Amino acid sequence: MPIATSPSGQKVWQRRTRNQSMIRWAAWLVGTAIFLWCWGQISEATTWFFVWDAPAIAGDILERATPPRWSYMEKLWWPIWDTLNIATLGTIGALFLAVPVAFLAARNTTPSARFVRPIALLIIVATRSINSLIWALLLIAIIGPGVFAGVIAIAIRSIGFCAKLLYEAIEEIDRTQVEAVTATGASPLQVMAYGIVPQILPAFAGIAVFRWDINIRESTVLGLVGAGGIGLQLQASLNVLAWPQVSLILLVILFAVVVSEWVSAKVRGAII
Amino acid sequence: MLRLEKLTKTYRTGDKALKAVDLEVPKGQVMALIGPSGAGKSTLIRCINRLVEPTSGKVWLGDVELTGLGTSALRRERRRMGMIFQEYALVERLTVMENVLSGRLGYVGFWRSLTRRYPQSDVDEAFRLLDRVGLVEMADKRADELSGGQRQRVGICRALIQNPALLLVDEPTASLDPKTSRQIMRLICELCAERGLAAIINIHDVALAQMFVSRVIGLRFGAVEFDGPPEALTPEVLTTIYGEEDWQATIRKVDEDEEVQP
Repeated sequence: MPIATSPSGQKVWQRRTRNQSMIRWAAWLVGTAIFLWCWGQISEATTWFFVWDAPAIAGDILERATPPRWSYMEKLWWPIWDTLNIATLGTIGALFLAVPVAFLAARNTTPSARFVRPIALLIIVATRSINSLIWALLLIAIIGPGVFAGVIAIAIRSIGFCAKLLYEAIEEIDRTQVEAVTATGASPLQVMAYGIVPQILPAFAGIAVFRWDINIRESTVLGLVGAGGIGLQLQASLNVLAWPQVSLILLVILFAVVVSEWVSAKVRGAII
Repeated sequence: MLRLEKLTKTYRTGDKALKAVDLEVPKGQVMALIGPSGAGKSTLIRCINRLVEPTSGKVWLGDVELTGLGTSALRRERRRMGMIFQEYALVERLTVMENVLSGRLGYVGFWRSLTRRYPQSDVDEAFRLLDRVGLVEMADKRADELSGGQRQRVGICRALIQNPALLLVDEPTASLDPKTSRQIMRLICELCAERGLAAIINIHDVALAQMFVSRVIGLRFGAVEFDGPPEALTPEVLTTIYGEEDWQATIRKVDEDEEVQP
């Protein structure tokens, strides 16, 4: 009750009552204490010598990494091409699988909200929650190292993401357009093709490019675990401490990501 | 032509939208359905083509009973009932032509409709209808580029290309200005006369209804309260349908009737 009456009969307004202020003050005290204790714990577990040493080491690596070894580029063309292919094919594969999952998950199109929808939602959650590096590790164990494992890993990782955004778009469509198409005597498939698909097409295209853009970034690291692409070269160069090669690879990755950002921005601009 | 027997709809919430409505619409009759919001007008229309499933009762279209039909038989019968909507309900991102041709979906197969390969006779009919409503040069425009009146005319073409026997019209003028409203109502009534179609038109504008239709049904709380010619809509009748209000300004005066019924 922040409004009180002072002895002189004036009405006084405060933001908080006395009790509320006390509770907040105590909460701040406890929070600060926990922070300081954690600080102490971390400090004890840190070898400070390495931390003080860090700027010197970083400077040293930077010095060794410059200039990048440009001649190494001839060995990077194929891996970067692989990386782009992993991202693109993975995205296409994910979209093929995500569309049916999205229709099964959307409340207004699912054949059964009680049985089918939970399964679709489970697929979405399961594929989304596991990182593509982990999928790649699993798939390498199953189908062996290489680009194919990378494509599948990217595809599986992207299903959930694409299906989730797509089913939200499906749930937001204008129902009267669907009603109108149904009223003509159209079959369920025709209702989907005429009443629903035109309405979600812009969202679908947006999702596709957005995910492709993300997948280019994800596929650059897949090589670290042996799933093909430029990450393989990065791993190899790091292992032999070939810093000029590492810096060149990082530049190539940066360039690829910038290009993909630019392409996806252009495409999205064209759709909307 | 259309006969409703004890048509009842109770929503899952327990709302009784329709209470045993009996109604018969002869061939070629254009009928207005008036009543306050929530009286069950939209539900009645949607129960006829089963966009809303009626709880009980029967719907006879000609000699076919609709409420007991399976899905494919229902789709065949839906082709005989054209529907026109309040907010036009065109597929916004498709062209005018695609929207009109979508009225033929019940007649063509899935692949033909997906690849837009409609029979030439359907395309001819689409052009004829667009010409009739004065939109033939708009055929290639996207539906969301049109004005409200133009969209509603496309909606009318989509309903008519089904070659229906009955039009179900849900608030066709509610989103339109007064002049366009009259034009749309006139167009619907003219087309019904030309083709001998029966029509049920849900409408809020009592004066506009009186101007064009030959029969008015008043619905209140899901039951038929009034059934008669438009001239019989007296202030007393409107009070029983809508409740107490000054009705003099609402009812059409005969002497200022410049609209000639088709």
